[in-house]
Amino acid sequence: MDIYEKQLQEEIPEFEESQQPEKMGELDLSSTMSAVKIHGWKQVLGIIAVAIFVIGGWELLIRIFKVPEFVFPAPSAIAVALVKSFHNILPHFLVTLGELSAGYAIGATTGLVLAAVLTQVPYLEKIITPYILLLITTPTIALVPLLMLKLGFTIWPRIIAVALASGPMVMINSVTGFRRTDLAKIALAKSYGATTFQIFTKIRFPLALPMIIVGLLVGGIFGLITAVGSDMVGGKMGLGNKLAYYSSLARMANFFAVILLVSAIGITIWIIFSSIGKKWASWQE
Amino acid sequence: MNDDYVIVVDKVTKVYQSERGPVHALDRFSMKVKEGDFVAIVGPSGCGKTTLLWGLTGLHPFTSGKAYILGEEVGKPKREVGIIFQQANLLPWRTLIQNIYFPLEIMKENVDNYSERIEDLIESVELTGFEEHYPRELSGGMQQRASIVRALSYDPKILLMDEPFGALDAYTRDEMDTLILKIWKKTKKTIAFVTHRIEEAVYLANRVYVMTPRPGTNSAVFDIDLPRPRPEGITMERKFFEIVAEIKRTIVRDVEKQKKEGKYQSQAYSTIT
Ligand SMILES: Nc1ncnc2c1ncn2[C@@H]1O[C@H](COP(=O)(O)OP(=O)(O)OP(=O)(O)O)[C@@H](O)[C@H]1O
Ligand SMILES: [Mg+2]
Repeated sequence: MDIYEKQLQEEIPEFEESQQPEKMGELDLSSTMSAVKIHGWKQVLGIIAVAIFVIGGWELLIRIFKVPEFVFPAPSAIAVALVKSFHNILPHFLVTLGELSAGYAIGATTGLVLAAVLTQVPYLEKIITPYILLLITTPTIALVPLLMLKLGFTIWPRIIAVALASGPMVMINSVTGFRRTDLAKIALAKSYGATTFQIFTKIRFPLALPMIIVGLLVGGIFGLITAVGSDMVGGKMGLGNKLAYYSSLARMANFFAVILLVSAIGITIWIIFSSIGKKWASWQE
Repeated sequence: MNDDYVIVVDKVTKVYQSERGPVHALDRFSMKVKEGDFVAIVGPSGCGKTTLLWGLTGLHPFTSGKAYILGEEVGKPKREVGIIFQQANLLPWRTLIQNIYFPLEIMKENVDNYSERIEDLIESVELTGFEEHYPRELSGGMQQRASIVRALSYDPKILLMDEPFGALDAYTRDEMDTLILKIWKKTKKTIAFVTHRIEEAVYLANRVYVMTPRPGTNSAVFDIDLPRPRPEGITMERKFFEIVAEIKRTIVRDVEKQKKEGKYQSQAYSTIT
């Protein structure tokens, strides 16, 4: 019997709907999920108008003041650089994407499983939490050189760094989710004879899902930052590496082209999880 | 032993172990319910009505005393018992129909065998067409009707209801009372109904058990001698009022008595020394 079921044995829960004044975790980014909601063509037009205004203004200013490319590149120069050197950048793009995917898969899975297990055993949770906080507050990029001493110039130090950056983010948000136990709903399931496993899959997991999705999103973004950062310190491949390379040559158009690709990955992560959130967590709103 | 009775409650006592010390919620309460009967349990706030029902469902163990459902001692939740809580307690991430199928899902039963029955039930509570709605899109009354369908979906023999309409407005509540009687007549369930509205108890039940203030114990039992089905306007009749008044007097008397003995505690958590 798990801890909440024990608690239930001595307590008649409150039935107030939405009784839980959303007590969120250390990092509540749930608002990011709803911050950008696009309604209708007017809004789309507005967004495009701003983009044209900003990019156009930028281009214009660079031309009027004849700013040289190594100081600050014009949008047109960045576009040209992106197209021209795409074949050069692509392998690096794939390396970074690979690190991110592998590290994230390991980190997110571990974080999720740990969260699910730890919340069942509050004692363990209390012991482990300081270490997780330590992991969150330590930039894991700093570990890459150390890991390289052991693992050499392989992709592994970077995968590990990504896993260590994304895992705790997924975990801490999922823990918040799993802690949202609604005794009234558990009592309901129990009254039909639900097993502990059924209570987990049919009550606790759906209840936690919105926070888990937030955790996966934040973990993904932290993973991306770490992947690019690790590229800079550990190895000859990856987008981060290219950033360091182009800036050392003051090839700023190419530099910005790489940044554009990094943002593209970030935005994709955001789109994926906010659409998952819309589908599976919209009941909360 | 008591073969005629589907619910037998034999001197059950419940003492909660709270942080501030033990709380004596129920004291040797006894009750017997025949098959197909409709009993109501009334008593002042905090006298242990909810405690009694939760004990009967097997969700909470009693501290002492025994309870039997269909001749079997209550241990863990039983399939033959359906509960309807004070709030609809629907799962917000499920649609209405998915909520109704929830018990069957937990019991791993084939939903198809019940779909026709459930369709009928949905129709009888006038929720047809709302199957794919989420709870937040439904009014409180609609949610509570859905929870009634949920409780009936797997055809339990006994229904335990804990102030099921307490959270609804007066008008909806009267409608729900009529609905419950309709369902009771049609399905012939045995119903134990907790409420603190005496009028509701008298209108619905054949028998009304009155509990004393905490610790709840038997105070009186009233057999309600009113025609079935309840005629329209019965709640305006003198006979109805007399029964209600009598029960209210009993409760006031119990409270006064406890006050005189200095034993009375309001429903707030407090400890017995
Ligand atoms: N977990 C608990 N710990 C300590 N005391 C409790 C606990 N649960 C209930 N009580 C106390 O036990 C008594 C009976 O509670 P219960 O909820 O059964 O009363 P009730 O008759 O249903 O009241 P109401 O009419 O307000 O619903 C109350 O005085 C309550 O404060
Ligand atoms: Mg109660």
